[in-house]
Amino acid sequence: MGTISRGFSGRRSAADVKLPPGQYLTTDFPVLSAGPTPHVPLERWEFTINEGTDVLRRWNWKSFRDLSTENFTVDLHCVTRWSKLGTHWEGVSLDTLFADVKTDAEYALVHSYGDYTTNLPLDDLMNKQAWIAFRFDDEDLAPEHGGPARLLVPHLYLWKSAKWVRCITLMHQDQPGFWEALGYHNYGDPWREQRYWGD
Amino acid sequence: MWRVGTVVALHDETATARTIVLEVPDWPGHLAGQHVDVRLTAPDGYSAVRSYSVASAPNPEGRVELTVERLPNGEVSPYLTQEVAVSDRLELRGPIGGWFVWRTQQTEPIQLIAGGSGIVPLMAMIRSRASAGSTAPFRLLYSVREPRAVFYNDELQALSDQDRSVIVTYAYTRAAPKDWPRPPGRIDAGLIANATWPSNLAPTCYVCGPTSFVENAAGFLSASGNRPDRIRTERFGPTGERK
Repeated sequence: MGTISRGFSGRRSAADVKLPPGQYLTTDFPVLSAGPTPHVPLERWEFTINEGTDVLRRWNWKSFRDLSTENFTVDLHCVTRWSKLGTHWEGVSLDTLFADVKTDAEYALVHSYGDYTTNLPLDDLMNKQAWIAFRFDDEDLAPEHGGPARLLVPHLYLWKSAKWVRCITLMHQDQPGFWEALGYHNYGDPWREQRYWGD
Repeated sequence: MWRVGTVVALHDETATARTIVLEVPDWPGHLAGQHVDVRLTAPDGYSAVRSYSVASAPNPEGRVELTVERLPNGEVSPYLTQEVAVSDRLELRGPIGGWFVWRTQQTEPIQLIAGGSGIVPLMAMIRSRASAGSTAPFRLLYSVREPRAVFYNDELQALSDQDRSVIVTYAYTRAAPKDWPRPPGRIDAGLIANATWPSNLAPTCYVCGPTSFVENAAGFLSASGNRPDRIRTERFGPTGERK
């Protein structure tokens, strides 16, 4: 146990809610991003899966929206310590997007419009663990929350769920993304409290 | 790694915001703009952690100043602004964040835009500039509810009086001083045009404040020709309790 804070009693969250260590519950949806919100017109939007210059798959907004979608409900955990439970989304599963992709790459670097990047093992994007989401709470996804479309990988801290997603680059060697190069944990599992370098 | 700091001074910035000066013996040093996690622990072991921006310039003495705004329903900020006393000990982790920082080697014009308590990390940059003897041209646009909600008033005044390379513009959203040239209101494109560096000077811009404020300010900066990769933002939501 840490140093006791004289006179601090704290405010426990509802007894039956299980949160990852060090998180607190919020009901609103705070926004955290490192720069201005990019506004991407749908007619210029595209999403690709590539191995560097080699584009394996490419969608424009129409062909992307022609894919089968899923409605899903997930809990979000932000490294700034808020958790939001039971959020409702609609999106395309990464399993659908990767259906015809043959690769032996083990890592992915996700790129956003606005040049944000984040890295994760490719396995973490597969098997019903990740989506490209375009609707939140039955509304089109607002630009400040990553619209028109964002990655959602809810089992990792939310900075891994890149807003304004533009492409996924497959790699044989891991490479840190934006926050991962600036002091944040390379993997970011909230249940193991992997917030920063060295956690 | 958690470190224990001792509270050596407290002062009120406004009716709801307090600066806590800590001495942290093994502090590894910080950059202007970084933040720390503060952990409070109850006698039964329950703990709560929130992030707060560091207000003080980097210094070799292990002194860390935080300015905390009390949030009405906060769990940690009421304790930090009302309960904490000199000689109390607080646990800190950090510094954290390598993006929203100003380094003393930067010589380009700097545009700072603060909304409310978003001034805190920007003040660390202004203080860092002064303590390092930097001559980088700094401009601060500080949007605040009303005159009595301004943090660091006298210090900002003194800094801009003694150095013409630090230009401070206040914008009030609810109540302005008598005869203030601009009526109270949110920041707009006209204010950004008048009170920030022209984009052809290629300033690096740091914007900190509540989400909607940052969203607007960064949008105006971008629309007036500043490159998105030169606009760095730090947002705090209603429950973010950052700063």
